[in-house]
Amino acid sequence: MRTILILFAALLALTLPAAAQQAAAILTENRALVEKPSRQTIGPIIDALAASGDPAAASILAAWAEKGLGLRKADGAFVLLTATADSYTLRDLTGADLGSAARSDITELKPNAGVRGLIATALVRFTLSDPDPAKRADALTSIARDPTPDSLTPLRASIDTESDPALKAQKQRLERLLTMQFDPDPAARVAAIGSFGADLGLDLRAGLNPLLATTRQAVAGDFSAGTNIARVLVPGSDLPAAEAYDILVAESLAPARLTRTDARAALQANIVGGSVGGYPVAELDSQENRDLAYTALESAGTVPPAATDAEVAAALQSHTIAEIFAEPDPQVTAAARAALQAISLKLGLMEAADLTLDALSLASIYFLAAIGLAITFGVMRVINMAHGEFIMMGAYTGYVVQLLVPNYTVSILLALPLAFAVAFAAGVAMERLVIRHLVKRPLETLLATFGISIALQQIAKNIFGTQARPLTSPAWLDGALVFNDVVSISYIRIAIFVMALVFLGLFLWIMKRTQLGLQVRAVTQNPNMAASMGINPDRINMLTFGLGSGIAGIAGVAIGLFAKVTSELGNDYIVQSFMTVVVGGVGSIWGTLAGAALIGFLQKGIEWFNPSNTLAAQTYMILFIILFIQFRPRGIIALKGRAAGD
Amino acid sequence: MTQGFLSKNPSVLIFLAILALFTLGTSLLSEAYGIGFLSTSFVKTLGKTLCLCLIAVAMDLVWGYAGILSLGHFAFFGLGGYMIGMWLMYARTEEIVLTSLANSPLPATPQEVQDGIATQIFGVVGASELPAIWTFAGSLPVQLALAVLIPGLLALIFGWLAFRSRVTGVYLSILTQAFTLALSLHLFQNDSGLRGNNGLSGLQNIPGLDAVPQASVSIWFLWASAAALALGYIAAAFTVSGKFGSVIKGIRDDEQRVRFLGYSVEGYKLFIFTMTAMIAAIAGVLYYPQAGIINPAEIAPIASIYLAVWVAIGGRGRLYGAVIGAAFVSLVSSWFTGGRAPDLNLGIYTVRWVDWWLVLLGAAFVLVTLYAPRGIAGAFDRFTHLLPPKRRGAPLGPGDGSLQEKEADQ
Repeated sequence: MRTILILFAALLALTLPAAAQQAAAILTENRALVEKPSRQTIGPIIDALAASGDPAAASILAAWAEKGLGLRKADGAFVLLTATADSYTLRDLTGADLGSAARSDITELKPNAGVRGLIATALVRFTLSDPDPAKRADALTSIARDPTPDSLTPLRASIDTESDPALKAQKQRLERLLTMQFDPDPAARVAAIGSFGADLGLDLRAGLNPLLATTRQAVAGDFSAGTNIARVLVPGSDLPAAEAYDILVAESLAPARLTRTDARAALQANIVGGSVGGYPVAELDSQENRDLAYTALESAGTVPPAATDAEVAAALQSHTIAEIFAEPDPQVTAAARAALQAISLKLGLMEAADLTLDALSLASIYFLAAIGLAITFGVMRVINMAHGEFIMMGAYTGYVVQLLVPNYTVSILLALPLAFAVAFAAGVAMERLVIRHLVKRPLETLLATFGISIALQQIAKNIFGTQARPLTSPAWLDGALVFNDVVSISYIRIAIFVMALVFLGLFLWIMKRTQLGLQVRAVTQNPNMAASMGINPDRINMLTFGLGSGIAGIAGVAIGLFAKVTSELGNDYIVQSFMTVVVGGVGSIWGTLAGAALIGFLQKGIEWFNPSNTLAAQTYMILFIILFIQFRPRGIIALKGRAAGD
Repeated sequence: MTQGFLSKNPSVLIFLAILALFTLGTSLLSEAYGIGFLSTSFVKTLGKTLCLCLIAVAMDLVWGYAGILSLGHFAFFGLGGYMIGMWLMYARTEEIVLTSLANSPLPATPQEVQDGIATQIFGVVGASELPAIWTFAGSLPVQLALAVLIPGLLALIFGWLAFRSRVTGVYLSILTQAFTLALSLHLFQNDSGLRGNNGLSGLQNIPGLDAVPQASVSIWFLWASAAALALGYIAAAFTVSGKFGSVIKGIRDDEQRVRFLGYSVEGYKLFIFTMTAMIAAIAGVLYYPQAGIINPAEIAPIASIYLAVWVAIGGRGRLYGAVIGAAFVSLVSSWFTGGRAPDLNLGIYTVRWVDWWLVLLGAAFVLVTLYAPRGIAGAFDRFTHLLPPKRRGAPLGPGDGSLQEKEADQ
């Protein structure tokens, strides 16, 4: 015993400094096994290679798994191979070049699939302990993407030696995830499941869900005691009887029911002299007659009997149908189910938070689109159907600026004032040329501005074409603010939210704190009185209309950042914008804010019930608004007294 | 009464005479019953134009006379089209399915026929069951009745809700527009049961009339459209004449005053709104078999606004104005957008009318609204001396109806 120990120590002392040769030595010592490997016998050798600490071991193993390891017939040495057209390029086990050799001089080692699997597992250990942290992280990602029971052992082995704290935490988490799914000891799995608590990670849910996977099975009588039953299904209440019977048929526990197609085929096959089972073919044009004919054939023995309703009921009575867990251990499934329940509660709260964020950003988009209207329609009471086209103009201005200025940050900063200027000019021109002449005829203002709207749309189409033009946001607006796997919001939406707040402030400041705002309010309330106080109502109207239009232009740049810029961009927002103003209460900016919030939250709320169908959400939202106006015809915040006008 | 009605409204007789002359002329120039000068497709265009004139009459009634600028009447038009389209498609598919099932050795059961039709019609949207709204699609009389009743009922409910809460003026317009948008968005969904954005197609093939050439069918539809237009025109003219018409016009000019006089303004408005919705639906029933296809885009709010454009250009408040506007604008529009209008070469830029027609229409519309609020029909006023006094100058009182400077001088 002592001699062996001494020998072993001597061997260790001898081999450690010469680790480079060790891999080669292990291979040579076990040549016979390496040449004809089998899954049962090769394990210790692969483990020895992996544990040798030889830097060449990884490349040897990799080459071996991919049929790149061979024996030179001349001296029996192991070589690494690279196949060329008709020969091999040879390297020795440390990677040094050995020239090339003909194919006949080399025996290629071809490990079978089982052995390759063992080698691959051993290789994972190498990458998990690779000196390069990036490679270790890659290995972790690949294990997480495709978790297998084999990865568990090497992963555990690599945790202690991990130096990077972030990677170590990641490894520990992954280890618990793998333990939960693949550890042979149920207690360890339950403990791993419990260790997560109500964690919201997608990886945890992806790991838990397969544990709870069920299949629908049926047996005659009751299930055996060891079966891990998720739920016993009662035909008629838990699932339709027809579906339950289909399960019995699928498991060959009962004869198939006669489908109409089969019955039809059977009848067709048995037409004898113009009649089937005694019934003339011409009479078989209803299901009842066909059933009669089939029964006649059945009693004559020409067709196999099909299950009748009574037989179906009896078969369902005598069988138990249940959802059976694929996972046999009830402890594990119970723990997984409890964990998922805890998660789903927290998840529900988080989803509500995410929905709120979505709704907020939608509300701010509607608010941005409507705030110009809150001035032109809300304050001045001018119906401007071309408002959407001012939004479109702003968006196209942004697009043109981006064509000229390649830097996205600069171009956006330039585009905002330019869009305002363009839309302001268009608004002032429209006010002077058209709207001023239609002051007392609101319906005709609607029609005239609509005429302008179709003309502007078509002009945009002629200039920019029909395809959508991109308006690219600067890089610092890419990406999203991620709170966890559920709650996140993109930076563009945050920017739009901030912009909406800024415009709300701007509007309030102009209306309440500036000379212009004072005059605007005076002119709206009573133009004649305002005029006699020395205010020029025409000039004020023109400026106000320009201001509202200019803000629509800026909104266009913001909207263009997340929606494609087309000539129909404005069309998509015009009805919603008017709805926002009307629902909120004409003439009140807080009303517009409330209207935008109501519509945004409502639309997201309806979408949540039926996520696949945004069209339905919009439909129901509009119907809701029509009903809402029944109960509050003047909107959420109704002006009272003289300010209410009519 | 009828005698008095016609003698009080000579324009109705003139209109009917012109319409009869037009129908006769088109028939004599058609391929089926005349010298073949007009192609079948042009006869169809004329027939469709007559349907558009009918809905324009309805629009004039509701807007020009009752002052309700509805931006949703094309939705009723489209609904009528969908209803008749359901029958056309169902009956036609039934013929096809029966022919193919006739080859099988067993006679088909009703269920098999039904399933065959459903698969044929709804294969496009990945469904194979007939939705509940197609229950009566096999019966022409029921479907025809529904084509009028469903738009009428919708208009009744919507109008009742809107008028009851005193939504008027531009608010009502926006509300009708929203209603139209909701309807078209609903129809755009595949599970609305009307084939989503594929719409209904193949409507020009009339079931049971396979042997009749399209040339004859197109003339028959032209006659039917002309008859519907004539009847609709007489009904509209009758409605706006007499006491009922005076109340309607009173509501347009000053709703409050009429209400204070004791009339049920809501009732009158509801009647007009529902009646015009039904007329619009009848126009749709006749239009879509000639057009051959209907899809939700036809119902979009923009279509209803174009309808207002036609009536405004033709001249509001005159029934013949609406007809002139619809006929003129839709024919000119199809001439320009059909690529038949010659390009205008300006040297530096060639104006292609396919691209620029809408700009021209929009500009023309603005100009008409600004400078010729009476539209084309305003020209007739010069002959009939219906010109109102010129009311220029500053108002002398605070209200809209107050005397103005020029009037006071007279």
